[in-house]
Amino acid sequence: MQNGSVPGYSKPLYRDDAVVLRVQKLGESDRIITLLTRRHGRIRAVARGVRRTTSRFGGRLEPFGHVDLQLAEGTGLHTVRQVEGIELYAKRFLDDYPRYTTASAIAETAERLTPVESEPTLRLFLLTLGALRALAEGAHANTLILDAYLLRGMGLAGWAPALAECAVCGTAGRHGAFSVPAGGSVCPDCRPPGAAHPAPATIDLMSALATGNWRIADGTENATRRECSGLVAAHLQWHLERGLRSLPLVDRG
Amino acid sequence: MYEGAIQDLIDELGRLPGVGPKSAQRIAFHILSADPADVTRLATALRKVKELVRFCAICHNVAESEQCRICRDPRRSDEVLCVVEEPKDVVAIERTGEFRGRYHVLGGAINPLEGVGPDNLRIRELMIRLGEGTVKELILATDPNTEGEATATYIALMVKPMGISVTRLASGLPVGGDLEYADEITLGRAFEGRRAV
Ligand SMILES: [Zn+2]
Ligand SMILES: [Zn+2]
Repeated sequence: MQNGSVPGYSKPLYRDDAVVLRVQKLGESDRIITLLTRRHGRIRAVARGVRRTTSRFGGRLEPFGHVDLQLAEGTGLHTVRQVEGIELYAKRFLDDYPRYTTASAIAETAERLTPVESEPTLRLFLLTLGALRALAEGAHANTLILDAYLLRGMGLAGWAPALAECAVCGTAGRHGAFSVPAGGSVCPDCRPPGAAHPAPATIDLMSALATGNWRIADGTENATRRECSGLVAAHLQWHLERGLRSLPLVDRG
Repeated sequence: MYEGAIQDLIDELGRLPGVGPKSAQRIAFHILSADPADVTRLATALRKVKELVRFCAICHNVAESEQCRICRDPRRSDEVLCVVEEPKDVVAIERTGEFRGRYHVLGGAINPLEGVGPDNLRIRELMIRLGEGTVKELILATDPNTEGEATATYIALMVKPMGISVTRLASGLPVGGDLEYADEITLGRAFEGRRAV
């Protein structure tokens, strides 16, 4: 077992800041914390004794927090030595169920977009931190924050849906049909059977979210947002091997 | 790898929560060298727990009959209901001797990352119980972590329109700790829950 070794202070220590994506129980009182770090990509670390009420880690290693950590390197599992809260976003999500479920979908997506541990992904780290901050501040509707995060996250992974050109032939322009298997918007010549025909406003919303044009996004109707969420979710599920567990549980209010 | 029966035992023990391969091996060899009567008692206890123990039809706590000991106790109040995640939380609260109402065991907490939503817990059963109209106060005693808090928030949202008083266990500073080590969420909660002295 990787974490079964004697806690050796000979292991190199390092410092990084990170977003807590997930916590899982380990043994009697420990937890495995999945972290998206600024410089070391996604890592998993053991927090010893964190479930005891007297733990000096306290609530700092709860999900969704932005924390400053001192870690001991390990093969596979790292060990949390010290942690300070930079911004513990959970406190804004605990008494707001729709925000909690939205934050869960963001955290699960971040984990799924980083299949390989310890591969630096600064842009995804910044995107994730920005999404949780916007959610905590209530900067925009939850559903828009989530869909913007999913679209840009897919963009970083190289799966962004084509929105301003045909996904097949590349002809520029806003096309009326949308096909998940084809890769997004498709022109009349390339449109495969079974392509969807979303409202033009929906494609505009997706473009606005992908490029960060919040002025347009904030002004959209609920029906447009719902259609957008459906297409974004379908596009994401197509590219992930298995669907997100949290997405069907998101309370879109 | 050992031969036959001892390896089978190590493998079975190793599947238990919190038992790693080294612990499994240590426990297996302890059993091997233990008094045969002790081992028989352990084996009987294991078999009986699966044969006799089931879940209470009312509160979903572990029980040895249709209803658990607490639901059958006529001296306890039907007007106060305490919601917990697991049967072990019932035991923890009973140890305080502070609570004389009834319980409702959810069977976990809402955790979207693990695919656990409200429909996977005994929340619908809770709503049916509350719909009977006897309960005046609902105490939400889910774990003071993110999943437990979110579960309490969800239940409070569902119950508020029913006109039942909903309370949450106070969370704050652990007895025996130093104030300076408290994180901002815990300290913030402790301020919210302060009381006159
Ligand atoms: Zn085309
Ligand atoms: Zn019972």
